[in-house]
Amino acid sequence: MATLTTQLPQRRRRRVWTESRVGLTMLIPGIGLIVIFMLIPFFYSIWLSLHVEIVGSNIPIRSVGLLFYRHLFSDPIFRGVFLKSLENNGIFALVVVPIQTGLAMFLAILVNRQGAFVKFCRTTFFLPVVFPMVLTSLIWKAILAPGPAGMLNAVLRIITFGHFSPQYWLGNVHLALPSIILLSVWQGTGFQMVIFLAGLQGIPPSHYEAALIDGANRWQLFRDVTLPGLRNTTIFVVMVTTIFSLQLFDQVYLLTQGGPLNATSSVMYLAVSQAYVANNVGQGAAISVVLCFIILLLSLIQRQVLRERVD
Amino acid sequence: MAVTSTVAPLRRRRSRRSVPWGAYSLLAVFTILFLFPVYYLIIGSFETPSEALNGIQAAAPTHLTLANYHSLSQEFFSSTITGSLRGFYTVSTLVSLIVVAGGLVVNSLAGYALARMKFRGHRTLLLLVIVLVIIPFQAIAVPLYYMLSGMRNTVVVQALPFIGSAFSIYLFYTFFLNLPPQLEEAARIDGAGPWRTFLQIILPNAKPAFASVAILSFIQIWSSYLWPLMMTSQPNVYPLSIAIGNLVKQQSTPNYGEMFAFGVLLVVPMAAFFLVFQRWFIRSVASLAVKG
Repeated sequence: MATLTTQLPQRRRRRVWTESRVGLTMLIPGIGLIVIFMLIPFFYSIWLSLHVEIVGSNIPIRSVGLLFYRHLFSDPIFRGVFLKSLENNGIFALVVVPIQTGLAMFLAILVNRQGAFVKFCRTTFFLPVVFPMVLTSLIWKAILAPGPAGMLNAVLRIITFGHFSPQYWLGNVHLALPSIILLSVWQGTGFQMVIFLAGLQGIPPSHYEAALIDGANRWQLFRDVTLPGLRNTTIFVVMVTTIFSLQLFDQVYLLTQGGPLNATSSVMYLAVSQAYVANNVGQGAAISVVLCFIILLLSLIQRQVLRERVD
Repeated sequence: MAVTSTVAPLRRRRSRRSVPWGAYSLLAVFTILFLFPVYYLIIGSFETPSEALNGIQAAAPTHLTLANYHSLSQEFFSSTITGSLRGFYTVSTLVSLIVVAGGLVVNSLAGYALARMKFRGHRTLLLLVIVLVIIPFQAIAVPLYYMLSGMRNTVVVQALPFIGSAFSIYLFYTFFLNLPPQLEEAARIDGAGPWRTFLQIILPNAKPAFASVAILSFIQIWSSYLWPLMMTSQPNVYPLSIAIGNLVKQQSTPNYGEMFAFGVLLVVPMAAFFLVFQRWFIRSVASLAVKG
């Protein structure tokens, strides 16, 4: 088992036709589209990040070298926002990745059995995956609404027998990011759960039987058979979740606009607001390029980690 | 507790004797937690604005009303200035249709050529696809916005960047790589050319791959928000997600009852599709990790 992002095929199957013209005809539409709409924009973003362009004006485009990259790390005003966004992405990833991966594995183990009730639970856990983030944000905006009318506030008040005082979840500097994390975990866990479920079903039953013959108890079965059997699945899930969490945008834009006081600003939110709202194309592009390289670096690490196992 | 369930399917005889109450009660707790927001969305869509945001009572309303759906149906054919619900639906459906149908054609062909054809630059192209799988759309959204700004406020531009997909090409590629080559050899002996072989021999054998790619790209495009946000500013080309997003962003006294009803309408096509083809949805997500 390998992940889809990393490995070149090890074996070359015999190809049936040698007519290169047919092959190229089949390739051109698909490859052409991804070159035009992915590869060229990628290089264009590097070019944009090295130039100043005032959109809609006659001022000529001017090369500025690494100015926009220097801004990110040394401009007294901008640096703070950028580093805060990077930090938020980091916190988001550090909290979401272990919680979501752990919860997904736990739920996958729970639903890896037969029965109508279990099937219902499986459907329930996966259902939020088909919910667009816009809708998830809408539902959670109501749940997280401030004051005693908000659902979460009301529920917490009942659970604590009236000791809990209502919070302004999305408006509080300390609670806004955890709130965003909460709704993101609700929406995303089912996806990872299904991947773990596939991983669990890929563990040969004979491994469990052998361990049982050796007198292993339940904990030992989990530690010595299930966990090693899920190793590559876990690496895959961790990497995908990390890369997803670096793209954090929709829920921030919809619910907090990066606030309060940049407490929920993310790298992607900053890139879009620079390029699109502030009309600062070069700066937005520079942030995109940094994001791209962080993601490529993480993918290379994943590839390395996976390869260690193969050797 | 978790450990019990790991081994349960293998020791079915044992689990038949004793019902794993511990696992079941944990499942029940998590199911309630996961289901509650969905329940709140649905029940809230039948409540008046004051009831839909009313603490715990919102979850157990005293009476239900169709008023929200009624006022939405009024808006269904409303003016072209504010946009109509029918318009939002049409845009979302058209964009999804173009991306899913167009994507199946171009990406399956490219994946097939990479898996089975011999030509110069084969390795380079394969590497290109793999690198592009890693780069997320978000990271190139800004430059793409400047490249295509001349096409703003059209339906086509909302679909265009997503038809060709490195990810789908890769999924098709791995699938075709694992198909037995004997299939094509037999067809070739019968005198079929590569195109006929692809249509008549490969297609019928590749239904699972087509279903996976169709479902994954449908989930993605129906939910997409950032791209239409950048590319549309006129209500007559808004997809559903932008129309709802505009309601969510409004800070002043949101009417949750009506927003919930709108939200239900957004998710119903997807949820119905999911409940009917659940097995395929789960299989297509599961295929992400196992293939390759």
